[in-house]
Amino acid sequence: MALDLQPIWDCFRVLNETTGIKLTIFYDTFDRARFFNGFLTSVRLMAVCLVASVVIGVVGAWIQGSRLRVLRLVTQGYIQFFRNTPPLVQLYFFYFALGSYLKITSGNGIATPIVSNFTWAAICLSFYAGAFNVEIFRAGIEAVPRETLEAAESLGYSRLKAYAYVILPLAFRISLPALNNNLVNLIKTTTIAYAIAVPEMLYVANQIWSDESNVPEMMNVLLIVYVSLVGLLVWVMGRWERALTIPGYSPV
Amino acid sequence: MIANRSDFAVLKPFRLGARGPFRFTIWHGVALLAALAIAVGIGEAQAQAAAGKPGIVETILKWTPLLAQGFALNIAMSFMAMAIGTAVGVPLGLAQISLLPPVRTGSWFVTQFFRNSPWLVLLFYCMLLLPFELRIGNTIIPLPGWLKSTIGLSLPVMANVSELVRGAVRSIPFGQWEAAESVAMSRRQTLTMVILPQCIKRMTPPWMNLYAILTVATPLTSVVGVSEAMTLTGDILSSEARTELLVPMYLYLLLWFFIYCYPIARATLALEKRFAVK
Repeated sequence: MALDLQPIWDCFRVLNETTGIKLTIFYDTFDRARFFNGFLTSVRLMAVCLVASVVIGVVGAWIQGSRLRVLRLVTQGYIQFFRNTPPLVQLYFFYFALGSYLKITSGNGIATPIVSNFTWAAICLSFYAGAFNVEIFRAGIEAVPRETLEAAESLGYSRLKAYAYVILPLAFRISLPALNNNLVNLIKTTTIAYAIAVPEMLYVANQIWSDESNVPEMMNVLLIVYVSLVGLLVWVMGRWERALTIPGYSPV
Repeated sequence: MIANRSDFAVLKPFRLGARGPFRFTIWHGVALLAALAIAVGIGEAQAQAAAGKPGIVETILKWTPLLAQGFALNIAMSFMAMAIGTAVGVPLGLAQISLLPPVRTGSWFVTQFFRNSPWLVLLFYCMLLLPFELRIGNTIIPLPGWLKSTIGLSLPVMANVSELVRGAVRSIPFGQWEAAESVAMSRRQTLTMVILPQCIKRMTPPWMNLYAILTVATPLTSVVGVSEAMTLTGDILSSEARTELLVPMYLYLLLWFFIYCYPIARATLALEKRFAVK
């Protein structure tokens, strides 16, 4: 690396020596590396879940407008199940219960799971947040007047095309504030991946404070990092929301 | 209301959960139970064919009283956290609309901070940084794990209630404030006699929603070692040590939460509809 950060790290060592505030994640190379890896894992998990949950929301909202009663019923069942049960228990169910069936036993008798714990966490959290997103997009779609859909149909749009080119762009704009809230929630919920030993930030922080016995410092670092990440998301989404506003139209 | 002015609205108002396209009735429950019974029955037959162990239903029923105890702790923690969170959150929310800038900014900061930090991190925070007992004079008040984690859960609840209060006060039309002022009411009188009574009605549905969120968050305390329903399920599974029990047992626990939370979600929707401004 061209930039030499060593003086900055040394500042934190001095901070420890003078005040006793023990931020090993800055001056200890090993702790710094593992905390940074934990941070990256967290961000990766968040990014995967954000995208996947929005996709689930868009697809689910489309299915909810389907003419087939069975499809609607299944989607509704999925939404209600994921909304009304604890995400942590869902995660355990996916990882321990379903994961116990998805194992390959190799020649030496050692069973290796097909799906890793990171993937299980990503799947579970995406479905959890997706259940809320379906409802949010459905409410947005309901806000699009029936006449707009009729106009699209009269121009020869198929149901899928009308959804993709006419309904969804309008619905998406009006759903954005509610979507923001849910995505912030998702970011905060990614910490439960700790429970199935995904090496994300909370998990790594736990290891560090067990080794270095600097619980208060690490807890504060964690809180600051998470609040900043949420702040970043809110800021980006706010900008996006403003960029997407329909000129001359302000939602009530 | 630009949207309602023209004949051809660009977009209608956004109303989350205003219309339930479908609801579960008692018959869906019966059908689901029947399907579950058949599925478990098949597993049961397999299990008994494999070895002379007790059946799955029998095992689950055997552990139900213990699980119920754990679940009762979940509910108790949710009640307490909700009570503490509301009791602290309402004054905090009122501080957010205070006329004094430092009070306003301070309470805004506290609210945003606790609203945006993960529940699990706050739980760890309380669990590890609160003492295990409080010493006031000569009396020692023990702080067991479940009490500490209840406090941890009540922090985000407090912040959310604070936001609810602020949002509800702001949603009251400004004309009401002016009308109260014109009949010579003080600010305190306006708040307690005009604004807040209307806010209670608006706040009830989101407050109930928050309670449901809190209830499904209580299993998080198992991560920090409180023996509630989730922890007990893990204990039961490790004491039975049977892989075929994993899926039914976790599903059973999920069902407990679903049965408790789904009616709350329905009631919230019903209240929202009833209170909706036409």
